[in-house]
Amino acid sequence: MSSIEFRKDLFADERSDNLNEIGKPTIRQDILGHVTGRTPFYDDHLFDGLLHMRCVRSPHHHARIRSIDFSAAGRMPGVVRIVEVKDVPHNLNTLLSLLNFGRDDEPLIAPQKVAYIGEPVLAIIAETERQARDAVAAVRVSWEVLPHVLDVEEALKPNAPSVNDIYPNNTFDYGPYDHQKLRFGDVERAFQQADHIVEGEYQMSPIEQAPMETCGAIAAPETNDRYVCHTSTQALFFSLSTTAKLMNMASSRLHFIGGTVGGGFGGKVDSIVEPMAVLGAVLTGRPVKFMWDREEEMQVGAPRGAERWRIKDGLTRDGRIIARSFTGFFDAGAYIRLSSYAVQKGTGHLPGPYSIPNVAANVFMVFTNRTPATAMRGFGITGVDFAIECHMDKGAEAVGMNPIDFHILNAYRDGDMKAHRRAAKNAALIECCQVTAGKAGWRIAPDHAQASSLIGGGAGERATIPETVTDQIGRIGERRRENLPTAPYAGSTARGRVAAGAAKQAVVAAPPQHEDMAVDLARFGFSKPQARATRQPHSAVPPASPSSPRPQQPAPPAPQSSSPVPPPAPPQTPASAPRAPQAAEQGQGYRPEEPFQQGIKRPGVSRFISGTRRR
Amino acid sequence: MAKKPVRFTHNGRETAIFAESGSNLLDVLRRVVGDLSPKYGCGQGTCGTCIVLIDGEPHLSCLTLAETVEGRKVDTTGGLQNGPDLHPLQKAFMEGFSAQCGYCTPGMLMAAKALLDRNPRPTREEVVEAISGNLCRCTGYDPIVDAILDAAGQTSGRVA
Repeated sequence: MSSIEFRKDLFADERSDNLNEIGKPTIRQDILGHVTGRTPFYDDHLFDGLLHMRCVRSPHHHARIRSIDFSAAGRMPGVVRIVEVKDVPHNLNTLLSLLNFGRDDEPLIAPQKVAYIGEPVLAIIAETERQARDAVAAVRVSWEVLPHVLDVEEALKPNAPSVNDIYPNNTFDYGPYDHQKLRFGDVERAFQQADHIVEGEYQMSPIEQAPMETCGAIAAPETNDRYVCHTSTQALFFSLSTTAKLMNMASSRLHFIGGTVGGGFGGKVDSIVEPMAVLGAVLTGRPVKFMWDREEEMQVGAPRGAERWRIKDGLTRDGRIIARSFTGFFDAGAYIRLSSYAVQKGTGHLPGPYSIPNVAANVFMVFTNRTPATAMRGFGITGVDFAIECHMDKGAEAVGMNPIDFHILNAYRDGDMKAHRRAAKNAALIECCQVTAGKAGWRIAPDHAQASSLIGGGAGERATIPETVTDQIGRIGERRRENLPTAPYAGSTARGRVAAGAAKQAVVAAPPQHEDMAVDLARFGFSKPQARATRQPHSAVPPASPSSPRPQQPAPPAPQSSSPVPPPAPPQTPASAPRAPQAAEQGQGYRPEEPFQQGIKRPGVSRFISGTRRR
Repeated sequence: MAKKPVRFTHNGRETAIFAESGSNLLDVLRRVVGDLSPKYGCGQGTCGTCIVLIDGEPHLSCLTLAETVEGRKVDTTGGLQNGPDLHPLQKAFMEGFSAQCGYCTPGMLMAAKALLDRNPRPTREEVVEAISGNLCRCTGYDPIVDAILDAAGQTSGRVA
């Protein structure tokens, strides 16, 4: 029955074999409701006098709204309320503003221009869904069609139309740059030393999550001036806070009920249906349903963002990857939603599960006139993993190696320093490759069949941060002004170097937008609520515990985004050496370099979660 | 708007309602009758979440005019169990982990019931054919097909 197979021989001495549930058939706790049709999805709540809300949407990729004539629609039977831009109390938001990440860039109802097909410009509330549809069809919008851009690299050109007024350069801002940088070692020098250079370009399309239940919400006035909202959301408190912000309403006045999601896969975190339904309920004083139909789900519903990756590998004759560079373009569509974070997550993942001593990446989050992208199952990682794994096969072919041998040879092992400057732990790629080879009947080299993730890593060069070449290319706006050098990343245009072993620099977060967003550090176990850290130059001893840890950005993968010319760092001992005494001094503080241990409080994470499998 | 009286048997009970002319059976079942077990998935007859049985035959209720069930027998997942006893299909779905989000399940169960009612010993191919009009996005079809075969009293007949 079960196709799960346990390989308990792997890491046998590191794991207590106390799996009581995994691998055994179990009955879902919610399945009785599913098979009897009684599970209450958001639309399975009946309200007397329920009104239906539908949107007038843009038929153009990019257009300015000259005027909207809804006089005929307003007179149609059953129409209760026309919802205009001026009815939205705070008509600008970005999802991650709740984490203080990015500027508000997206209106709930577009005020002046639309930037993708299906962007709402007006909403109509009527007694029945049919009357709402008829009224929507009777609205006349005068459009001034603007030139649009649908390709990520076209959007970076100096003359490309500007998609989003808040980010006029068509790129999200990462520090002073228009892209997320990752620098580790010196890729250009390593490319010169390489025997083979393997290049490739990989592109994936946007993917619609297509849940069976379309996105929607029902909101209704409750007693005591509150509003109840039944919603399909995957992120209930995210949706609640977003609604409170857009409605300029205390969140205590909102009563959100969710928890039954008719399939989501990431497509139900965007929190754009809940504010609409609550807005309707506020304006009419009656229960209002805002539900996408299937066409809206496919056209307006945010997909997994498309990614384009260019990868360049430098290989030695014996199959080692000594350098890997990436140029990535993440298609965010017209608004940020979660793409800014997807890029950071993807960059932190580079260069994949391999030990490569020289890595560089420039990753762009690009605005285009396409449907805004959002979460979907590993977004930011899946696209680049697809590219990396295709490229691994290409590399194996170039050096004439069995691909599985090639993977094992380059696989990361416990203790190896990764490009994001943390040591790898709990690595298992080698074992996966060995099992796969066995299953597929592939012959691998005898020493690879004997290899282990536990052995051979974490020593010498593999464990240290190399001297790293940095550059200042790609500052915000440079691309538009056409004063950019052609080389996309480091190399001859490099202007700075960071000494080997220099891992940590204090990262100073932007101040919170609102006072109530400020984080009370004491809550997370920081007993010394010090003044916020100022940007520090490299010191010989990297601080084991940043004095102002901001949980929002636990691992900014741009380690060199600090001072333009790093001060000449004194010769340093390897990063691992000074850690131990520091850690002891700091006691229970948050130590990013250290593996999580039982009982250590990590910001924002339950103390009951620990990572003690392998220390 | 003109409303038409419609009388039909809903899950074994005589039901009389007024349906707006032109309204579809799905809306009427959900909003007028109050049987929330059939679900809206696409409104275009492509996904099968709204399948109900009309005189024992599976029909897409989102594309069926409510008026057309006058005098007929309409069965939904809400009436599948017999008092406290679950239908064998329901038990098999529970034990076979054949639902995750549960949104497609009512339609799947109805399509499966129509099959088993007319063919109590279907082959795997016949089961696949019977639910070919139903989409599922989470579970995958294998556990569903297995459950239907289990309910039919067969071993799951999984081909390796």
